[in-house]
Amino acid sequence: MKKFAILLILKILLIKNANALIEVDITRGNLDPLPIAVSPLHVDIKSENFEGIKIKELGENISSIIEKNFRATGLFNPLKKEAFVQKPDIAHLKPRFEDWRLIKAQGLVTGKLLIKGGKLKVEFRLWDLAAAKEMTALAFTTTPSNWRRVAHIISDKIYERLTGEEGYFDTRIIYVAESGAKNQRIKKLAIMDQDGANTKYLTLGNELVLTPRFNPTSQMVTYMSYFKNMPRVYLLDIETGTQEVVGNFPGMTFAPRFSPDGKKIVMSFAKDGNSDIYTMDLDTRVVERITDHSSIDTSPSFSPDGKFIAFNSDRSGLQQIYVMRSDGSGVKRITFGKGIYGTPVWSPRGDLIAFTKMRKGRFYIGVMRVDGTGERLLTENYYQEAPSWSPNGRVLVFYRETKAGSKGEGFSAKLWSIDITGYNERRLNTETDASDPSWSSLLSK
Amino acid sequence: MMFNKNLKNILLVVFTTLILSACSTAKKSGNIEGDVYTGKETVKFLASGVPDRIFFATNKSSLTTAARETLRKQATYLRKNKSLNVTIEGHADERGTREYNLALGERRANAAKDYLMTYGISGKRISTISYGKEKPVNPASTPLAWSQNRRSVTVKVN
Repeated sequence: MKKFAILLILKILLIKNANALIEVDITRGNLDPLPIAVSPLHVDIKSENFEGIKIKELGENISSIIEKNFRATGLFNPLKKEAFVQKPDIAHLKPRFEDWRLIKAQGLVTGKLLIKGGKLKVEFRLWDLAAAKEMTALAFTTTPSNWRRVAHIISDKIYERLTGEEGYFDTRIIYVAESGAKNQRIKKLAIMDQDGANTKYLTLGNELVLTPRFNPTSQMVTYMSYFKNMPRVYLLDIETGTQEVVGNFPGMTFAPRFSPDGKKIVMSFAKDGNSDIYTMDLDTRVVERITDHSSIDTSPSFSPDGKFIAFNSDRSGLQQIYVMRSDGSGVKRITFGKGIYGTPVWSPRGDLIAFTKMRKGRFYIGVMRVDGTGERLLTENYYQEAPSWSPNGRVLVFYRETKAGSKGEGFSAKLWSIDITGYNERRLNTETDASDPSWSSLLSK
Repeated sequence: MMFNKNLKNILLVVFTTLILSACSTAKKSGNIEGDVYTGKETVKFLASGVPDRIFFATNKSSLTTAARETLRKQATYLRKNKSLNVTIEGHADERGTREYNLALGERRANAAKDYLMTYGISGKRISTISYGKEKPVNPASTPLAWSQNRRSVTVKVN
């Protein structure tokens, strides 16, 4: 697991050409995605073999991942390679801009790689074809087994250069992998790259596990487990595999989430049938009670500055979303629309809260401003809930279940994503049925 | 006469249709009242005449008259069997968010526990656990299945 703590040596060759023309506006749904040509990276013939990596195909494989990332954003339209007009190594030195413009490309990505002495050296360039200029370029060195991450890091740099926003490709998603009949479901913790590659199962399925969430600052995860039939919040270190119960509560703890600095866990604790919100400091182990109300208070989520907590409560009758200061003072209801509201999750940008809404037997994922105004419902379905933000606050991942027949047949649970513009709804590839996704921070930040 | 006979037949058909439709509506409302399940299909018994489970309305943990009657039978049974301990499992239907349902299941299990305690059963003999929406007894996505899944079940532990 050490490979996730790799050192990236970043050398910026040339940054931010001031006269660039192409840019992508991601604040609107993009109906006219930017045509971009991703040339296969040129593989240096001096490259040495390394642990089963197919060197000859490596340049092609990396460019395919970049293309897949770009296509999934809905903002870019990667062009077919058959139409490419120059060999990768020559294009990387100096593209014939007018020829690339003929295939209607506006941007061009070129690059080369070399594996030598157990190291993978990669460099890439992004070209603005209309302005006939290099927009950005980067070279870095890493271990060859990280080649998929190389593709994601290149994708992030290009996305950042073209949109002005941080990317979200070099990230992972932790979720609950589901299998078996609907009334005998087996659930395991699973983790995968954002694009569905490298799936690993972190528990065996012997006990029920729910709601894993990433620590925004480290490779720690908090989740709920029914280990020994005692439903409790756990802390898991993905790198070492060690896990421990969070706190010493005499009853069920659930709905955990980290504070933005990663030092606290906020969660619900159920005592004598009543659920309130608590925090525990992971260093000092000090437990604090945050809410004290005879209603159900759960699904807490910190604001990114750590000053506020959003949660849902049925203190007014049915589930609604409330915001309070992180010490529990100043509780304010923010949802007043028709329907029931749950699972508030604060955007990492701080400007929006994502939520699940239930109305007239339909389920919606939506976003609203942190004071509850400006509600926008992004997607409607038979059953969906539990949004989680991409680290740049532009995309939500959530899970959706289908209606089951009289014997439970036809039931499935899958992960989906949607841009906060309401466009670009997509199903994520998972090896099994899946629920309760949580998106990590950028790994190489 | 001929006319009369035809009329009789028509009336007979109309009458039978009325009875049939009355039967089918009676069956539906007989199993769910409000939206609380009142049937016996999923019910098991702790002992003869002592049902193991009670049912709840959507998003509610209040005890219906039928639920209280069942719990009083359980209390009587537990008083007679003093060494017996139980766990009450609280459940929710699939039409709510996972985390809220965990809290709701907990509330339902404790509503049953509290009622047993008011009939003299020591709290030390009753543990509770919530499974939220995780363990449906009926996997269908229908109002009937949801009403059967909104339940708390008393389970013997020794």
